[in-house]
Amino acid sequence: MNLTLKVWRQKNAKAKGSFETFKVSDISSEMSFLEMFDVLNEKLINEGKEPIAFDHDCREGICGSCSMYVNGRPHGPWKHTTVCQLHMREYKDGDTITVEPWRANSFPVIKDLVTDRSAFDRIIQAGGYISVNTGNAVDANAIPIEKQKADDSFAAAACIGCGACVAACPNTSGMLFLSAKVSHLALLPQGDPERKKRAADMIHQHDSEGFGSCTNIGACEAECPKGISLENINRMNKEYMGSIFSGSKV
Amino acid sequence: MPLDSKIPAGELAQKWTNYKSTCKLVNPANKRKLEVIVIGTGLAGASAAASLGEMGYKVKAFCFQDSPRRAHSIAAQGGINAAKNYQNDGDSTYRLFYDTIKGGDYRSREANTYRLAEVSANIIDQCVAQGVPFAREYGGLLSNRSFGGVQVQRTFYAAGQTGQQLLIGAYQALERQVALGNVTMYSRHEMLEIVKIEGKARGIIARNLVTGELERHFGHAVLLCSGGYGNVFYLSTNAMGSNVTAAWKATKLGAYFANPCYTQIHPTCIPVSGDHQSKLTLMSESLRNDGRIWVPKKQGDSRKAREIPEEERDYYLERRYPAFGNLVPRDVASRAAKERCDAGHGVGTSKQAVFLDFEDAIMRYGRTEANKQGIHNADKATIYALGKDVVAEKYGNLFEMYEKITGENPYEVPMRIYPAVHYTMGGLWVDYELQTNIPGLYSLGEANFSDHGANRLGASALMQGLADGYFVIPYTIGNYLANEINVKPISTDHQAFQAAEDIVATRINKLMNIKGTESVESFHKRLGKIMWEKCGMARNAKGLTEAIEEIKALRKEFWSNVRVPGEILEFNPELDKAGRVADFLELGELMCMDALNRNESCGGHFREEYQTNEGEAMRQDEGYSYVAAWEYKGESQYELHKEPLDFEVVHPTQRSYK
Repeated sequence: MNLTLKVWRQKNAKAKGSFETFKVSDISSEMSFLEMFDVLNEKLINEGKEPIAFDHDCREGICGSCSMYVNGRPHGPWKHTTVCQLHMREYKDGDTITVEPWRANSFPVIKDLVTDRSAFDRIIQAGGYISVNTGNAVDANAIPIEKQKADDSFAAAACIGCGACVAACPNTSGMLFLSAKVSHLALLPQGDPERKKRAADMIHQHDSEGFGSCTNIGACEAECPKGISLENINRMNKEYMGSIFSGSKV
Repeated sequence: MPLDSKIPAGELAQKWTNYKSTCKLVNPANKRKLEVIVIGTGLAGASAAASLGEMGYKVKAFCFQDSPRRAHSIAAQGGINAAKNYQNDGDSTYRLFYDTIKGGDYRSREANTYRLAEVSANIIDQCVAQGVPFAREYGGLLSNRSFGGVQVQRTFYAAGQTGQQLLIGAYQALERQVALGNVTMYSRHEMLEIVKIEGKARGIIARNLVTGELERHFGHAVLLCSGGYGNVFYLSTNAMGSNVTAAWKATKLGAYFANPCYTQIHPTCIPVSGDHQSKLTLMSESLRNDGRIWVPKKQGDSRKAREIPEEERDYYLERRYPAFGNLVPRDVASRAAKERCDAGHGVGTSKQAVFLDFEDAIMRYGRTEANKQGIHNADKATIYALGKDVVAEKYGNLFEMYEKITGENPYEVPMRIYPAVHYTMGGLWVDYELQTNIPGLYSLGEANFSDHGANRLGASALMQGLADGYFVIPYTIGNYLANEINVKPISTDHQAFQAAEDIVATRINKLMNIKGTESVESFHKRLGKIMWEKCGMARNAKGLTEAIEEIKALRKEFWSNVRVPGEILEFNPELDKAGRVADFLELGELMCMDALNRNESCGGHFREEYQTNEGEAMRQDEGYSYVAAWEYKGESQYELHKEPLDFEVVHPTQRSYK
């Protein structure tokens, strides 16, 4: 099939960006969306032009690197799918596809479709862990954990930190990402001792990175490639309230 | 230089305990003065950086990804082995050790492998303490499943995302140390040279991949945790960015590269669909717990899978290996698939695929479920629906991934699978302390050669990465650094830093100024084709000899005709890739040389000249029971050093899974 692509080009963080239009031909329906970009980049290189920069690595939907905003949706149209797993059988000959980077002040553009998501790492640094040093662990089966809780914790831990929730949110809030981590750890007995401080510290970091507030719109959940549930935000709010009313650090 | 593996004296089971009791220690005040550089933040790198940071060393960690959480360990699906014997099925440290040695076709060191099995149980404890949400049973205890090459259930897992959960655990431990100021993290940085001063590794030159600038970093020791080199084949299950560059720069500096020809071809990957393909996707080995592998008995049978009656199907693994059936080790399963396809029984449009079928498992689980729910005389559709739910809980995310890629529903039709490059057992030569032959330079995880011999068993890579990082290096590095406490940080103005930076700058300039006509990607594809055809699942002397010449010619062409667009001082992924492919073009040649030198078949290294009448790998223990450690001596010049493998406890026999 032949397609028209409108892609955001931006030389670097300081430069002013703009859309550039490309034609790609002979795209097979079996290609992945990123392989279609490979074809385009190969063509651009052969023509002596600059290829389009985009983040990608594992190409199997788990590393969280890829981050394209396709026709107004993070990761494109398929539910529970990262853009690297989106395949071209979704499109038909003659289609026009618009591709942009994640749009959020807290994720500044580095080049073209590549953004700086290090704010997420800093949110984890603020408390997204259990403070246990190597070598201090008791036997793994010493603390049985109710299967349902373990499963819920796992479901929250499935977050890949791609940032689609921020890109989807009209407020550019990172609450789905943040709450997934708070939930993952708060649901486990191992995470219990630090739960109050964790929620408060991580929220504080989130806000100081410039992410917006959550107003329960739900776009994050709808676009999350891993199906992280809004329930996590409820749970986080509960954790946060607990933190305030217990007089713990806020 | 003679190869000293530094294996401690004493009984096998006591070696590590003895070592830990007698190795040198560094006191807390001195640890604060010692700086350690860690390259790579996968399971090995992140766990090492976090643990060393906790201990009080000053750590600098580097990764080329935009966050340490994205290292390719994240993509490991199936699980992690540990000799916990929670299932009461006869498992023990010795059995895990024995399975690993045998699985590796008797080409690994006994002492290293035993230590790996010994610390495996601690890994699970550590990960659970960190909050890794492993799968659990209704009683709240941890669940296990089976993997290839073993007859016990010792694999711990978190659905099909075990690597992700373990890496996130290690990443969180790492970020905690970053917050405490014990670790400084350098994301989007690539190590491009090691700095050696008076014979010891003392730092690195790294390129900031956002600005393109070169940076100098000092360290009292340098740890390479940079993963495997499977991308030399272009198509593999590795991430697009996975590369050999850090290990290769070490090799060029004099570190020995061991057993480069030992590569693992994983039997269950989604087949190649066309020339556009950029990578291959694994379908976890755990699927072989329940899936049955078959091909049509009739050659060239183009009927749909469900139209082929039971008696016309060849469940060739169950037929050839009744004791292990579909759970034979990866090398055996891969070769068997190739054999069937080469013999004309392949399926799908390319005929380079076999079926992995879940119908029996769905019906079996469905019947059990119907009984549990008290449904008597359930019809087939009900049983099927119930069974489907059970299978979905176990493997749901893998089935979804398969459907996204192929457009086929694996609950309805069998998966089509074919072997693909997955893991590399070879890597930097290291001694028992994980130190290369360059003092102060260590290598951990997939980047070293140490524990898997000629074939790695499933769910053992995660185990090794974390064993090295959490439980081995924290002890062994002290034994070296205890002698370095009086060494003040060396200024990066030192001429050795200048010289190393000049080498990097010259190489980058050279790449940028070729201004040829062919893209980096195109060269990479051409290299991959040579490697896959002549140094892939089956190798022979003629093909390998040809491949060496073809790679030399391709390398020459690369250095005269590659086109790298953009500029040096900017974010330029094509330039990053060019450097990596340039290194693969050298490594590929060495892999072929090693494969040509090893006149035997063992594990993943299958030389067609050396096979039994039944087509099984035939080792030549007389001549080849050694680790091949190659020393770089100039372009295309390598000197072979042999480290003999002494088996004191196990007795190498022909592996049998029948």
